Formats: sequence, C-alpha cells, structure tokens
Amino acid sequence: MDKLNIMIVGVGGQGTLLASRILGNVAMKMSFDVKVSEVHGMAQRGGSVVTYVKFAKKVYSPLIEKGEADILLAFEKLEALRWVEFLKEDGSIIINKQRIDPVPVILGKEKYPEEIVEKINKVFDKTVAVDALPIARECGNIKAVNVVLLGVLARITGIDKSIWLESIKEVVPQKIQELNIKAFEAGFNVEV
Amino acid sequence: MKKLMLGNEAVARGAYEAGVTVAAAYPGTPSTEITENIAKYDEIYSEWSPNEKVALEVAIGASVAGARSICAMKHVGLNVAADPLFTVSYTGVNGGLVIMVADDPGMHSSQNEQDSRFYARSSKVPMLEPSDSRECKDYVKQAFEISEKFDCPVIVRLSTRIAHSQSIVELGEKVDYSLKDYVKNPAKYVMMPAMARKRHVEVEKRMGGLREFSNTSGINNIEWGSKDVGVITSGIAYQYAREAFGDVSYLKLGMVYPLPENIIREFAKEVKTLYVIEELEPFIEDQIQKMGISVIGKALLPVIGEYSSQLIREKILDQKAGASVKIDEAVPVRPPVMCPGCPHRGLYYVLKKQKLTVSGDIGCYTLGALPPTESMDFCVCMGASVSGAHGMEKARGREFGKKTVAVIGDSTFMHSGITGLIDIVYNKGNSTVIILDNSITGMTGHQQNPTTGYTIKNEPTKQVDLVKLANAIGIERVRVVDPFNIKEVDKILKEETQVDEPSVIISQRPCALLKSVKYDGPKKINMEKCKKCKQCFTIGCPALVNVGDHIEINEALCIGCDLCTKLCNFGAIEKAGENNG
Ligand SMILES: Cc1ncc(C[n+]2csc(CCOP(=O)(O)OP(=O)(O)O)c2C)c(N)n1
Ligand code: SF4
Repeated sequence: MDKLNIMIVGVGGQGTLLASRILGNVAMKMSFDVKVSEVHGMAQRGGSVVTYVKFAKKVYSPLIEKGEADILLAFEKLEALRWVEFLKEDGSIIINKQRIDPVPVILGKEKYPEEIVEKINKVFDKTVAVDALPIARECGNIKAVNVVLLGVLARITGIDKSIWLESIKEVVPQKIQELNIKAFEAGFNVEV
Repeated sequence: MKKLMLGNEAVARGAYEAGVTVAAAYPGTPSTEITENIAKYDEIYSEWSPNEKVALEVAIGASVAGARSICAMKHVGLNVAADPLFTVSYTGVNGGLVIMVADDPGMHSSQNEQDSRFYARSSKVPMLEPSDSRECKDYVKQAFEISEKFDCPVIVRLSTRIAHSQSIVELGEKVDYSLKDYVKNPAKYVMMPAMARKRHVEVEKRMGGLREFSNTSGINNIEWGSKDVGVITSGIAYQYAREAFGDVSYLKLGMVYPLPENIIREFAKEVKTLYVIEELEPFIEDQIQKMGISVIGKALLPVIGEYSSQLIREKILDQKAGASVKIDEAVPVRPPVMCPGCPHRGLYYVLKKQKLTVSGDIGCYTLGALPPTESMDFCVCMGASVSGAHGMEKARGREFGKKTVAVIGDSTFMHSGITGLIDIVYNKGNSTVIILDNSITGMTGHQQNPTTGYTIKNEPTKQVDLVKLANAIGIERVRVVDPFNIKEVDKILKEETQVDEPSVIISQRPCALLKSVKYDGPKKINMEKCKKCKQCFTIGCPALVNVGDHIEINEALCIGCDLCTKLCNFGAIEKAGENNG
C-alpha cells in the first residue's frame, strides 16, 4: 500500500470527528504523510458531514475528489448514497444501517430512498452493511457507534490491529477507553 | 516529536513556542480552536473577550506593556476589530502582536465570504498565509519576529481548509522571551492628530522595509519545475494547484502582503504561461497586472466559493473529472437543524404560532429561519436583531412594532446587542427583545461567555445579571421564562409585544449538549393512547419521524427533553422501554 484515501460521512453529532482523528493517527504511525480535513460549526448541528483522510508519501490537497476514494465509511444510509460518487469504481464501502431522516423527509417534502444498501451493492461489489447501533448499545453506550464502525474499517484495510489499538489509546480520553476498545473489537469481529 | 495537528492547534503551538503570554479572542468558525488550544497552556493568560474589538484591544494593551500577544477571530470578526486595527498600524508595537484571521471560502459556517486580505492592504499591515499545519506553527513564530523587527502588528490569514485540516507538525522548544521594558512614549502610542501625522510617515517608511523583506527573507520562494507553466499561489490554493498542475514551476507566497515584486518579475520572465491561483478575490492578480505583467487568473476561475484540484483541472487544464459511478436516485438534502432537546425549539414554536415578524441574529437559533419553524425575517450580523427591530418599528410604526420581536443569543447579546438595546431605550422605541439564554455560546462549539459564570479555563467568575443589566439601562419590563413552558411563553409574548414601552424577555434553559444537562433518556409513543393527531410533530424535532399515518420517535436521537410530551393532549408519549406501546 502506498496511498489510501478514506472518506467518513455521516450526520452531525454522530462522532465522525473522533473516528477520523484515530484514523489520522494510525496513518502517522505507519510513517505516511497524512491530511485529515474536518467539518466544524454550523453543519455539525444535524447536517450532512464529511471528513477526508488521505495518506501517501506526500499529500498536498486535503480534499478527496469524485472517483478518488478507496474506502467510504458511511455512518448513515442516506449519507452513503449522497457521497457514493466519490468512491473509486473498485472501492469499498461500509454502510451503517442506521436511518436518520433529514428535515425535508420529516416534513414530507422529500422521500427517503428505499433499499439504499441493495442499490449500492449492485454497483459496488465491495459493499459491507452493518447495524452498528445495537452493537454499540451492547457494548454499553450508543455513542460508541463511531468506534464500532472504525473496527469494521480496520478489518477491511488490513492494517495491523495493534496500531489501531495504540491510536485509540492515544486519542480517546482515559475514562472512556475501555468502552471504546470494547466497541472497536466488536466492530472488528463483526460477521460481514 | 511529531504530532498530527489541526491548523488551529498548530497556531496555538506556535504562539506557545514564540513565548506569547497574553491571548484574547471571540469565537467564530473556523478560528475558534486557536484560542481553545492556547487556553491549554498554563504559561499563557487567555480569555474569551465579549467581542473581537475588545479582544484586539486587550492584545494591543498587552503588546504595549511589553508582552508577545495574540488575538484570533473569523473573517467577519475583523470587521468588528477594524477600528483598533487601522490605528495600531500607526502606533506599532512593543512586544510582538499577531492577529489571526480565518476566512471561510464556500461559507461552510458564515454569513458572507469576504476576503480579509484587503484589510492588510488598507491598514498597511503585513499578512502571512500558511498552507498547512506545519507552516501555521512556523509562520506564527515568524510573524512575531516580523512584528518586532518592523514595529507593526502582523496578520496571519487562514482559511477553513487550513484551520480545520490536520497535518503533521514537528514540535519545537519554547523560546525564552521576557517582557520588554515598558517606557511611556505618548508620541508613539497616543494617536491624536499631531502624533498620528508623524506616525503615518513611519508607516510608509516601514512599508518600504517590508517590501524588501518580502523579496529577500525566503518566505516567498520559487519551486522550479517545467517552465512551460508558472503558478503564483499561496495558502490552501497552493495545495490544490500542486495536485492539479503537477511538475510545473511555482512561486509560493508565504507573505501575501506586501508582495515580493522582484521575485514575481524574475519568475514571470522565466515561464511561458503564468497563472495566479487564489480563492475569492483577485487580490494577488490585480497587483501583478498593475506591475504590467500579464497573468491568467479570474478570467478562468471563479471568485465565488471554494476551490479544489478538480476545479483547477477542469477550468484551466480542460480535464474532466475522473470516472465515478453515479447511482440514479434523488438524494434529499440534509440542512442543519436544532438538536433534539434544544431549548430554542420551544420559543420558536410560539413565534411561529403567533406569526410574528422576527428580527434575527446569529447563533444556533438562526436555524429557526429554516422549515418547519421558518420564523426569522432577517439576519445580517451579530447584534443587528436588536437595532434592526428598532429600525423596523421606526419605519412602519407602532402597530407593526406590536407584531415584531428581536431574538438574540446570550453570547451575541454580550457581543453587540447591548448597544442596540440602549438605543431603543434612549430613542423611545418599544421593541420586544428576546434574549435566548442557553448558558453557553452554542453555535461555535460551546464556549463560555460573560453570562455563563465561567472563564475560558473553566474557572468560576462573576456572571452578568441580564435582568439587572436591562433594568440599569432603563428597561422596566423584564420577564424571565422557561422556553419549554409553552403556555407561559405564549402569554408573556402577547403581553410584552402589546405594551407601549421596550421590554426584554429572557428565555432561559441550558443548551441540550452541555454536560450538566441530564434528561431522562429516549421516549416512545404509546400507540394505544396516540390519536394520530400529529400535534407533537409541529415542534420540528429531528427525533420525531413521520411514518405515514402516525409519528414515531427515533430512539437513537431522542434525549427525553419532554417538549413533545407537553404538547401531547393524550399522554401518549412515555419513557422508552417502560411500557408496551
Ligand atoms: C462578528 C462575528 N463574530 C463571530 C461570529 C461567529 N458566531 C456566530 S454565532 C456566534 C455565537 C452564538 O452564541 P449565542 O448568541 O449564545 O447563541 P447560541 O448559538 O448559543 O444559540 C458566534 C460566535 C460571527 N458570525 N460574527
Ligand atoms: S448546540 Fe445547544 S443551542 Fe445549539 S442547537 Fe444544539 S441544543 Fe440548541
């Protein structure tokens, strides 16, 4: 592996930032140059959020362009659909089966698309769908959805698990480390 | 040691390594984390000031007193701080003074996309622009040296993608910086006409020195590649250009004002086709044109929005985007929305119900302008709600005024709402001003402010008493209400808009995201009791989902704030996991 472009997409409040920080740390530990581009502010209030994580020998632009992502990690189904055109033709996509209705859908002005996972699966062979919410709940806190999904991602990248665990320990505050490691392991071991 | 850092975090590290001892700021995306990170260093006194003008003045005072000081703001914050900026350019500094300003091309989180580089030129203050986190740290340190060498403040400009991107930074040692002597010097620091005239001469002299520095210091440098194409660029645009053009020649500007004319001429002479790649306004391009050098920039590239390497490829190199697979399916937009449990929601429910004209302001509550509440008529800048409502009443008369209110958050009221309120009292207005006191500065990610009772370092401090404050400036009618008590809000609003005198309503309930706020956990709808009237749905909470003929609660989102519970006439909303339902 000499370069990897990963996008993490979701809904503001789902904890995508923490996931991208851990991922960025993993890249650095592997001696890559790395850039992580985040979203703060307005969009974080329940809007559509995207973070780009790029590692390579040398990274210039922090942004990933359409058709350039090796892996798309979607925290929510509709967001998977929104950003899927950023994925390479032979890219992998991980979709959390959680559904969060955006306001136009809630108000009945627009429709939440049906069978998103199936539709994406038809086009992308490497589609993995997981239901991370119940897994996180079982680990003790639904907020750990982000780290469960990171566990799934870790397996797919094939990057040494110990590097991930080290990064979690460095990035996550002490008092929620145990929960997060449990959630990561659960995601890592999910049957896909 | 190497560390992955946000641009903003690297700025904070740079300030620390440069020996800064005073930092002041008002939050604003994308600049906020600069000062949040500075506050983590015990060596640096740091504060959230009530607004950017105050922040810059604190930093100026500290500089005159001999300390290295820094202040930070978003682009529109520099409008607020422009008054001291133009004159501190004349006085110059004692300890180094650096002003951080973060622009927001693409308006991820802003009300306009003004280009702050023009402030550097019109105030005659040098400006640096880093292109990644490493440079954020290095340039901030260098900015302090420039500030002291040329006796002027230095602006360091970031943009969203620099401020909010993480890249690798090599940590360095803190320099040994001790306070400079304080010597009284009115000729330099008291800007009355006689002194200012002399100082203006100094400013022009200084500009000569800075131009020379820009040419010779190495902060602007050429990376030679193929000479068929030359690209002059800076900041994040450099990164996009690098990726789009590949192996061509670059003149990378670290100092964007004043420009290095000699280097630009030398570079232009050597390359066949010359481009300037800069987001927003043709700031660099216009100056190069003025030098008589022909260059391609905004003829092909937009002045609106953010750039990307793909945009440059398309517009300049005529290369289409790479293959990407599209799935043919309409994807609903996902605009931001007030959080589940947001205290503002209760108030907006009533504003909508009473069909009031709402003079708006900036904060989480601006989201009330969007469906389903759609209860905001205008919103311009911080503080404008209060003065704007007054103007509306003066224009359209008292009857219109009786159907008009101003809404303003606690932090925004401290920032610039107070003066507008004084105006209303002084000039015999009758406006009703609602202060949405959620005990925090919400929109920018939860910073303390003078109404919260805590400092940036979370130390307890005196708290502004909003009721007494309003009384003291002459408002006799001040009401405090819990926005989740909808009946009470409805009643008070009716009363206060009708009285022929100014009034203040303080809508008080903490932001749902504060750690101290504990609700009971998710609710669910008991379908045996639910009459499918959808009354609860009208509050527009993202946790309430319309599933055809009835409403369901998304348990992953609901925090149990109970606002919808209060609206249900049939007691159908219950704690999840308790009843069958
Ligand atoms: C001059 C200026 N400075 C900073 C900002 C960034 N900003 C937008 S809203 C806001 C504060 C909002 O806090 P508050 O008024 O308490 O409302 P809340 O978000 O908590 O509802 C800030 C700092 C801005 N838009 N303009
Ligand atoms: S952050 Fe607080 S104030 Fe802002 S929308 Fe969420 S709950 Fe409301």
